[in-house]
Amino acid sequence: MRELLGAGFILLGIPFFIASTVGLLRFPDVYTRLHALTKVDNVGLGLICLGLAVQASSIAVALKIVLIWGLILLASSTGATLIASSALRHGPPPLRSDSDDSHAGR
Amino acid sequence: MLVVDLLLALAALATAGQCLLLPGLFRAVANLMAFGLVMALIWVRLEAPDVALAEAAIGAGITGALLLTALGQLPASQRDIQPARDGLPRRIIPITILVLLITGMLWAAILGLPKPGLVEEVATLLPESGAEHAVTALLLNLRGIDTLLEITVMLCAVATIWSLQQAIPPPTLSHYYPGLPTLARWLHPLFLLMFSYFLWQGTHAPGGAFPAGALLGAGGVLLLLTGSIAWMYQRAYNLLLRWLLAAGLLLFLITALAGLLMTGTLYGLPPRLAGYFIIAIEVATALSITLMLMTFYLFGRPGAQQ
Repeated sequence: MRELLGAGFILLGIPFFIASTVGLLRFPDVYTRLHALTKVDNVGLGLICLGLAVQASSIAVALKIVLIWGLILLASSTGATLIASSALRHGPPPLRSDSDDSHAGR
Repeated sequence: MLVVDLLLALAALATAGQCLLLPGLFRAVANLMAFGLVMALIWVRLEAPDVALAEAAIGAGITGALLLTALGQLPASQRDIQPARDGLPRRIIPITILVLLITGMLWAAILGLPKPGLVEEVATLLPESGAEHAVTALLLNLRGIDTLLEITVMLCAVATIWSLQQAIPPPTLSHYYPGLPTLARWLHPLFLLMFSYFLWQGTHAPGGAFPAGALLGAGGVLLLLTGSIAWMYQRAYNLLLRWLLAAGLLLFLITALAGLLMTGTLYGLPPRLAGYFIIAIEVATALSITLMLMTFYLFGRPGAQQ
């Protein structure tokens, strides 16, 4: 039962990895690519960690796996903020779809 | 698992090739860091988790961050250095011969290894060495001279960096990126916990001074780069810093001399006392490694006259 539940969670997590890898390759600028990447850490890795934690041999191992997820969440969100704010300060401004936007190309 | 091994080998070759052949220094550094991570995974597959940890922390993390920081301080004109690609077809024959030669020598060395290795000998010496884990016993007692030389090399690297220029204080980041210093401070207790765990684990399982020092060093570098450690730059603490940096090496040498005095051979520790010496050396070495990795990131000699 636990095996099945764990496998189900992992299978649910894999599409997020595929989707955000495609996003990383196909999206036009650094901000949208970051947006795609963070989905993996939040949801995809979360589901896979959940799947592994359900299958774990003891509560301690399960908690360690969840702790890994929590640490990656902290690190990746901070990293994404750093890259985005650094890009805002030094790099190109975010692309906008409607050129009539009054804030465009600020 | 053969598929995983093959994928890992391919990934190592691909990242190494991209690091050497693609234009642009930033790309080379990024590929070098990816190469370090792949190497760490390969060490895991070879069932050497302590080497994997040290490789991930030092090879991918600390070296990569050091190169990235150096890249950030280069003038823009020097960042786009192209690799010498024109001569590649001419050089491909000598390179191939060299690679084949090295592979052949390695292969011959592997075939020449004593079967089934030195596992038996180490296992019989283990009770006398003062450590319960074979790797720790090897590193700190049976082949202690190797570890001694490694620490000496690191101390020489620190001395070289200090002789180049004055320390460069970290930029004030907290105004632009408030998240980073907070994250570094929040995570540091966890780094300390892992450090103590690896140190304690070293006597009976994979772990010990080098992985522990590399881990705490990584956390310390994070603090240092976010400007949370002021004392290292101050003149008043310079002497203390120097003594702490040398502590591991000094304790190692004292142990060697003590062994000489007590039993007549260098490092000839009496088995009764070896355990205590190993613990003392391991703690001192780990602290020295931590501080040495951190002082690389001072980019020069601290404690200058203001």
